[in-house]
This record gives sequence, structure tokens and C-alpha cells, in this order.
Amino acid sequence: MSQVPEDLKYTRNHEWARAEADGTVTVGITDHAQETLGDLVFVEPPEEGTELRAEEACAVVESVKAASDVYSPIGGEVIQGNEALGDSPELVNSDPYGEGWILQIRPADPSELDNLLDAAAYQELVADEG
Amino acid sequence: MVDFAGWAMPLHYGSQIAEHEAVRSHAGLFDVSHMAVTDLAGEGARAMLRELLANDVAKLDGRPGRALYSCLLNEQGGVIDDLIVYARGEERGYRIISNAATRERVLPYLLDEAQRRGLDAAARDELAMIAVQGPQAPALLEAVYGAAAEPALALRPFQSTELEAAFIGRTGYTGEDGFEIVLPAERSAELWHRLHEAGGTPCGLGARDSLRLEAGLNLNGHEMDEQTSPLAAGLDWTVAWEPAERDFVGRQALEAQRRQGPQQRLIGLVVEGRAPAREGYTVRTDAGEGVITSGGYAPSVGAPVALARVPAAASGGYRVVIRNREVPARAVQPPFVRHGKVRV
Repeated sequence: MSQVPEDLKYTRNHEWARAEADGTVTVGITDHAQETLGDLVFVEPPEEGTELRAEEACAVVESVKAASDVYSPIGGEVIQGNEALGDSPELVNSDPYGEGWILQIRPADPSELDNLLDAAAYQELVADEG
Repeated sequence: MVDFAGWAMPLHYGSQIAEHEAVRSHAGLFDVSHMAVTDLAGEGARAMLRELLANDVAKLDGRPGRALYSCLLNEQGGVIDDLIVYARGEERGYRIISNAATRERVLPYLLDEAQRRGLDAAARDELAMIAVQGPQAPALLEAVYGAAAEPALALRPFQSTELEAAFIGRTGYTGEDGFEIVLPAERSAELWHRLHEAGGTPCGLGARDSLRLEAGLNLNGHEMDEQTSPLAAGLDWTVAWEPAERDFVGRQALEAQRRQGPQQRLIGLVVEGRAPAREGYTVRTDAGEGVITSGGYAPSVGAPVALARVPAAASGGYRVVIRNREVPARAVQPPFVRHGKVRV
């Protein structure tokens, strides 16, 4: 059973978003997503300063199997991508909600977070996908 | 689990990369029962295979147990399938192990041809196949079979022997030492469990693919197909041109290509950076464009590698187009990895 932390928000495309105390939002892919993808071998986060709209493709993750796009849960400006993933993409597998974070955003409209799924709704989505 | 040519097969049992590394450093187990086993016997079996195969089974004469890798070609010189044929002595004839993906094309072809010639031929669907691959493969066989394993352990590459109800070849698809064991399906689960208990790591299709890619081994449907000749797939060495009077299927087309010089050839590429260069991506060269036929992250190399079909005249300037960006690549002679050692 994959982990779905209570304090995060989720998308239907298996990204998570965490509202930080300083008003920024950290984004990654869920435990379920990394499990489905298999061993990650390459992550390309967006460049600092990139302006994103909600649901816009913002990063590429490649596993041994395939390349997949990561979609931004909310609109805003990219503050930074996780540089550690350049050498260690496997952090997304081993710690998807911690060291395996992918990008940090300064949200244009923090209320967009309210449009996302909570942990219970996301858990249900994953269960339905079987 | 994924569908592979109608077989439900595991892509991995947990981590593809861990399975890959287990084979390079220790030993892995692969359930390859999807492979097609065909037995062919009778006077004229040798003549049939000499006519149908691009390699020459005459090389196996008087050497029971020996195996030969060959392509099966169409009249245009395209590759229908690649297979291994084992000689089993005059009485028992030959055992052919071919691909699952081409089974519906190849088995009727072989069986009809055999029937037309009055030969005994049978698709051995009741047999399963387990591959044990890696430097510890001999130790695993010894652990399971005890002293009876000795004839199997004495095999050299591309030799086979029979042990109890099992047929064992020192063959594989990983670039490592190892064995492929063909045995009745009802006994295969027990053998699998015993090999597992002896320390073999179960491996899925994913590791099978990354291991064979690093070993520079072609996969039918990727490096070759019915429109691609063995000369454009790096398989020149498997075509037996001598004796010149052996008129195998596809020979005329191949000879014409050989006279003109093939238009394309297969090369290995080590790609800069970390982004995998995958099948279908364009390769730019100093002599026009080519295409990646297989590619991905190579765990033992620690970099993306690929096999690519490029214009025969290409001599450098290799760049792979990854998401609209040109990424430089270095041409190398496969294998990328053999017997646990990185060679590029």
C-alpha cells in the first residue's frame, strides 16, 4: 500500500503539493506514481524563473520504462528545481515526499490549492485505479 | 505484469535496476517459458535447416550438443526471426528455440515445411524454460542438482546437455555466464523455487531488456524485422556465405546487398548526460539521419546507451534528438558490458 500523507494536496495526475510556512509550494510525484513508474533514471525539473499555469507540463521524469510529464498543480513562478535529482534521480523512488521533491513554486494565487484533492480523495482515486 | 506476445509477464519483481545488478554481480532467474521450442528430426532435417537458415547447420555435424545462432530470412533478405538451433545427435535431430513474438509466423512455417518433407516436427508447448544468468549461475546449478550438475558445469558457451528431464544449454541473453534450462512445465515451478532458495534473484522482462542492450544483443522487432537485412543489423557474422552453392532462403537478396554495400549499419552509442535516448529517437550524423532501435539507461555503464541504425557512410558527429534538443553521443563497438566489465 502506497503512502498518502494527510498534510498534502494531490492531483489526479499523481503529483503532490505542500504549502510551506513561507508561502511557497513544494511539488513532487506521489509514492503511488513512483511505484508505478519503476526505478527513475532521469529527472528534468524546470528552470528557475519559469512561469507556470496550473496543469501545465513542468518537468520530465524518466524511469527504466518510459518518460512521463509532471504537471504543475498550481500556477506560479518556479523558485527552484531539485538539483540533487540530477545525480540521484532514485531519491524520487526512495523518498518521494521528502528528498525526492521536484520543484518549488511561488504561487500566483494560493487559493488554487483548494481545487486539489485531499489525502482521502486521492487515496480513493488510487484505490479505484486498482 | 505486462502482456508480452500474449503472455502475462512481470516487468520486474520489485526493482529492475536491482535485478539487473544481481545478474551482473551474482545470479538472476528468468522465466522465459514464452520462448517457442520446436523439435525437428528425420532424414532431411539437416537439409531443411540448411535451406531455411542463413547460418549453416553443417557447422554442427558430428558435434551433438552444439548450438548455432541464426537468422531465418524471407526471400527479400529481411529477418523473420532469430533463433538458436541445438544439434541433438542423428536420432533426435535438432531443437530450435525461437521468439514468442514471431511464433504465429515462424512455427507454422517450420512445421509445414517439415511436413512437406515428411519429417518429424513438433512444437513443444508442454516445456517451460528458465534462464539462470550471472557469475554465480554454475554454483546455483550445483546447489540444486548436486554432483549430477557436473556435465552441465563442464559445458562451454553454446553447448548443451541433458540432465534428468531437463535440457540445459550454456546460453543466455545477458552478456554473463549462464544456462538456459528447458524442462516439463509441471516441474518448472519446483526448479524455480530451488534456484531461488539457492540465491538466485527473480528477474523480469525489464532487466532482461537492459541486460541484453548492454550486452549488445539484438532483439527481433527492434534491431531487425522483415524489412531489415542481417547486414543492416550487425549480424553479418551469422550469415554463412560458404559453401557458395548452399542456396538458402534470402541468399540472392543478401548477395545483391553485399555487392552494392549495405545502405545502413548498426552501431552502439553512449549518450552524454543522463536523459535516456529511447527507441525511435532520431540520430543525426555526418552522413544523414538514423534512428535508435533500442535505448535506455544502462545501469552497469551508469549512462544512457543505445543501439542505432545509421547510414553506412556515417563516420561521426553523432547527436541524438531528445525532446527537440541535440545531445552528443559517442559511437562504440558493442557490447557495452560483458562478463561484468564495462567495455566502453
